[in-house]
Amino acid sequence: MAVVQDVHGHGHDDHHPTGIMRWVCTTNHKDIGTMYLWFSFAMFLVGGFLAMGIRAELFMPGIQILEPELFNSFTTLHGLIMVFGAIMPAFVGLANWQVPMMIGAPDMAFARMNNWSFWILPVAASLLVSSFFVPGGAAAGGWTFYPPLSTQGGMGVDMMIFAVHLLGASSIMGAINIITTILNMRAPGMTLMKMPMFVWTWLITAYLLVLVMPVLAGTVTMLLTDRNFGTSFFNAAGGGDPILFQHIFWFFGHPEVYIMILPAFGVVSEIIPTFSRKPLFGYSSMVYATASIAILSCVVWAHHMFTVGMPTVGQLFFMYATMLIAVPTGVKVFNWTATMWRGSMTFEVPMLFSIGFIFLFVIGGFSGVVCAIVPIDIQVQETYYVIAHFHYVLVSGALFAIFGAVYYWLPKWSGRMYDEKLGKWHFWLCMFFFNLTFFVQHFLGLAGMPRRVPDYALQFADFNMVSSIGGFGFGLTQLLFLYIVIKCIRSGEKAASKPWDGGTTLEWTLLLLHHIIALKHLQSLSNSVREVWIHRAIKLKK
Amino acid sequence: MSSKSVATRVGAVLLTFYSGLAMSSKYNFPEPQSAIAQDVYDQHIFVMWICLAIFIAVFGVMFYSVLKHRKSLGYKAANFHHSTLVEIIWTAIPCAILIVMALPATKTVLAMKDTSEPEITIKITGYQWMWGYDYLQGEGEGISFYSKLSTPRAQIENKEPKGENYLLEVDNNLVVPVGKKVRVIITANDVIHAWWVPAFSVKQDAIPGFVRDAWFKADRIGIFRGQCTELCGKDHGFMPIVVEVVEPEKYAQWVSEKQKTSASAMTTAALN
Repeated sequence: MAVVQDVHGHGHDDHHPTGIMRWVCTTNHKDIGTMYLWFSFAMFLVGGFLAMGIRAELFMPGIQILEPELFNSFTTLHGLIMVFGAIMPAFVGLANWQVPMMIGAPDMAFARMNNWSFWILPVAASLLVSSFFVPGGAAAGGWTFYPPLSTQGGMGVDMMIFAVHLLGASSIMGAINIITTILNMRAPGMTLMKMPMFVWTWLITAYLLVLVMPVLAGTVTMLLTDRNFGTSFFNAAGGGDPILFQHIFWFFGHPEVYIMILPAFGVVSEIIPTFSRKPLFGYSSMVYATASIAILSCVVWAHHMFTVGMPTVGQLFFMYATMLIAVPTGVKVFNWTATMWRGSMTFEVPMLFSIGFIFLFVIGGFSGVVCAIVPIDIQVQETYYVIAHFHYVLVSGALFAIFGAVYYWLPKWSGRMYDEKLGKWHFWLCMFFFNLTFFVQHFLGLAGMPRRVPDYALQFADFNMVSSIGGFGFGLTQLLFLYIVIKCIRSGEKAASKPWDGGTTLEWTLLLLHHIIALKHLQSLSNSVREVWIHRAIKLKK
Repeated sequence: MSSKSVATRVGAVLLTFYSGLAMSSKYNFPEPQSAIAQDVYDQHIFVMWICLAIFIAVFGVMFYSVLKHRKSLGYKAANFHHSTLVEIIWTAIPCAILIVMALPATKTVLAMKDTSEPEITIKITGYQWMWGYDYLQGEGEGISFYSKLSTPRAQIENKEPKGENYLLEVDNNLVVPVGKKVRVIITANDVIHAWWVPAFSVKQDAIPGFVRDAWFKADRIGIFRGQCTELCGKDHGFMPIVVEVVEPEKYAQWVSEKQKTSASAMTTAALN
């Protein structure tokens, strides 16, 4: 009882610093979720700026803006920042906001670690960005930083390695937090097979993160010691093997791809039923499909390496395993279609982004199957075809799902509605410019344009110009998104506590005010008192 | 607009677009110049047809639903959410399709890997940033030279108009005879490069400290161009590959010329 007395003895706000310290010290999952999302948007703009640089250089043949070495730094940092700085933190931000609300938990399991896992990110990001200004410039060996190329290069590469270490540590902490929250803090009665799909996909994603992030940490550490302490893990002259790096990197790297897309599947699996006003078709098969994708994703890594010259049996194994992933992925697409079938659909912005997601993700899936087939992959490996493929799954896949999620939950987060008309503009401009940018890159790749080149032969000129125009358009369109979000937060119309009539998950049934008050108390209460509060909250919800 | 006419129009657009793909090499692989490349080309077209069929089937259903099952049309939502039979069917069908795709691919992989009994063997070494060619075995044995980008710097810096083969031209072409099986042994001197000639469907990473091999047999004479496809530093985009396929007689002539010049170079070196 001492704890309770203590709480009553002080004012409730005593424990909550104000101003900037409120954000630095916060352990509230909503605050932390907000910080994750704003951070990822900031990094999205930085990565986008680098993309604009790349597209500007490739606008015409010849070297105009970026010298080759700087161009390579741009592509390298664009990849790293978008993957580790924009897409992944955005999904962790969504998880922070939504997972506790969707399972009826008062906060994340490890609230203080949650704070720490966020605040590592800005440090890592500043290392990455500031590496442009050290002697030798930023890392220029591609986001995959294959040695021996990455053993060349200056201090920028070491800064990148350290940044990757930090980002990995942050991801592992975030993942452990999410796993513990989901497994231990679900409201009574919410069995695993009753969890919302978004929670399921994040649970599986978090396990993938815990599995592969340490592998990445290991491989970058080996690279670090190769560079600085005279080891020869990846140096043939010292008895090492450069291909070993690729195997370890992709053992991380392929599950990483699914780390970025599984939560997107979860988001879409929430939005489609809501706006179809019909329950998700094949819930349990969706769960199994997600799990099988996650498991398969751990045994397909070498399909990124079909041209290194591996044994025939190896090539065939990785080809078959990779093609197999198309099956559970197909099941998901069919289930979404069946969810929409005979629904009563409306097409608000979240729904538009979800349908756009399915449409374009399937195109990315098709080019994925094309890439899985070894003889064809040998032609398209390291060409613009691959660039087109993974931008279809990561931009119109992961990113579109994040946009959808933000529009879907923004009324919940801010208590205000976004501007529907502007949101629709945002969607259609995204669709148009995205396809303008990346569809033509399939042709560039097939016709033989390698990736990561600052200059190209004349037959690639017109498609590159089209792609650059699309890229600039897509970049500018995102400023509209920023405007829509700010406008919503500052002056949007007041949203109902359940703005979407088809929403069924727990976050829409929480009493907003009650939840906030409860949270303020809960953070400083002992476990037994917390239990009482949770039960009371659940009773109220009913 | 009725959903039928929409479907017809979308179908027509896709088909036109697709035949565009198949016809011009600007939208597709360059014209194949070897049996393997032909296989790869055909398989790609085959896979694209399958993808197109699935695309039309899936999105036909989805967009029919999008058009018809709208709240604004007063459509009331059904409430079904599960069917084990349907799930089994749409798991089994993709499996079958994948097997159909994997069979020809497996054959081609086996053929690509068969580097036995070559008529000519050439060792290729990647350098930052050029290629080295050493003829190890067969007609032309002993020939050895480097092959560097020959596009003038001024063209890259936009001070001169760009030539027809901008960035795809070298000082010394790799010369091989038509219709002979050429095995290439590939390695690198510094970092990883990759040797790629699209017309032959040969792409092999060049790995420092290790050797890998690949092979091709050119069906037609001509000049075929490719590029390094593994990021290898600042001039990665500036180390092209040019293979000149010639008649056997012309090849013999080229070999004797090359051997003469290298012999005279050696004599000069010895005399000095």
